[in-house]
Amino acid sequence: MAFDKIQTNLLREIAGFEAVPEGAYNIRADGASIGRKTTEHIDIVTKQDKPGIDIYVAPGTKGERIDIPVLVTASGLKDLVYNDFYIGEGADVLIVAGCGIHNAGDGDAEHDGIHSFHLAKGARLKYIEKHYGEGDGKGGKILNPTTVIEIAEDGYMEMDTAQIKGVDSTVRKTQATLGDRATLIIHEKIMTHGTQTATTDFSVDLNGVDAGAHVVSRSVAADDSHQLFISNVNGNNRSSGHTECDAIIMDHGSVSAVPKVSANHVEASLIHEAAIGKIAGEQLVKLMTLGLTEKEAEEQIVSGFLK
Amino acid sequence: MLELQNVSFSVETDGVKKDIIRGVSLRIGEPFVAVTGPNGSGKSTLAKLIAGIYQPTGGKILLDGEDITNASITDRARLGITFAFQQPVRFKGLTVSDLITLASGRKLSVADVCTYLSEVGLCAREYVDREINASLSGGELKRIEIAMAMARGTKLTLFDEPEAGIDLWSFGNLISVFEKMHEKKGGSIIIISHQERILNIADRIIVLAGGEVKEDGTKDEILPSLLTKGTCAALASKL
Repeated sequence: MAFDKIQTNLLREIAGFEAVPEGAYNIRADGASIGRKTTEHIDIVTKQDKPGIDIYVAPGTKGERIDIPVLVTASGLKDLVYNDFYIGEGADVLIVAGCGIHNAGDGDAEHDGIHSFHLAKGARLKYIEKHYGEGDGKGGKILNPTTVIEIAEDGYMEMDTAQIKGVDSTVRKTQATLGDRATLIIHEKIMTHGTQTATTDFSVDLNGVDAGAHVVSRSVAADDSHQLFISNVNGNNRSSGHTECDAIIMDHGSVSAVPKVSANHVEASLIHEAAIGKIAGEQLVKLMTLGLTEKEAEEQIVSGFLK
Repeated sequence: MLELQNVSFSVETDGVKKDIIRGVSLRIGEPFVAVTGPNGSGKSTLAKLIAGIYQPTGGKILLDGEDITNASITDRARLGITFAFQQPVRFKGLTVSDLITLASGRKLSVADVCTYLSEVGLCAREYVDREINASLSGGELKRIEIAMAMARGTKLTLFDEPEAGIDLWSFGNLISVFEKMHEKKGGSIIIISHQERILNIADRIIVLAGGEVKEDGTKDEILPSLLTKGTCAALASKL
């Protein structure tokens, strides 16, 4: 399998590799799978009823990595895909997903990925997802990821998602259901420019005893872009939930945070924090006293914030 | 050599003009210069005028003969002025290592960063990747601020009350930090302080009051009268 220049660049941005990865993978380009590898413990099967794949990680699988990048380079393409991940009991793996869009044409290019994660008892998963858009065509670059998470007892999932550049419009939905002693940690980073819009909507049901969720969103809205952060955490048992929306606004950017926490059990403990504001003047001044220009100081602060 | 020529600074609040600094003229070239005086005497304002954070409303500021009165904060930093804040700034996401590297203006290895941190008595490895956020105490931030000033190593360094938040254990270290900085780079270190032990190492002490230079002389000339007058005695006695 060889990648062209555009595909290579997109892969580097979203997955951090330029050649065929080691371990299990499935690479989807413009609506079709262009490469796949399975391993002894990881099976990848094409869905029969709708576009997408089922990924099965055998119980007890440790330390393996699965790459499932999606590349969209055709203008006017609307790609919809359903991926289901079954992480077996006691497994501990890393999944790296992401979507890169290169749209040089005038038609919109859109990828809507619906990812469902089913973590069995005691399974551990680190999931990294990066979204990236490029190309100077007039066509929009649209990404609407939906993530559905079910974590059984003693399961643990950490999800790092980032969308730093070039996506014109995004609506991200994340729904999670946690069993006894299950833990979910989400770190989300979004930066919007121009007239881009991003909506991120988290909904977490803490159903199990001692379930815990920690959702942290850091975002930067520059130029005339707008972001909306919605979170809805339900403590339905003795559990703990923490959501945090931390945003920097620049130029004419705007950010709205709509948090909702519902404690439906007397021993549910839920916290929400939201802080939105421009870069603090004293931060700029401090970096300028180190010899940076105001612009360089701003870049350092933003890149550190989104690191 | 730093020169202030008849520098003044005033602010206007609700239509009332208030003079914070009134016609201060100084030539500073000594290694250690302490600036002291009561709260509200204009010490921090003077430091901010020198660093370019405030623009004087009158007078001139010269660095090695070059007029920097209208130079920006960035320009002055690049000309060799460093300012360690009284209240260090927190940054979400930037790490101790990021800031010390930015301060040094070059690429630093972990070992280089650790060297600076060890100088201010911080167990380095633990701190390198820590974010400069609310998880650090005031004392820790203060020491990191001092490590940044060391990493810059410029010909003029201003410290605004470096002792605040620094415990007694590290006090001796603080003074040896000043000495090392001077050994390495020469130039002048200006320290705003109420602390007798810091005034004691100064080659020259400038006393500000009401925005004016009230007294200016060697340690031996100034310190005895300061202590008897009680300006510093009240604070010094706490140590």
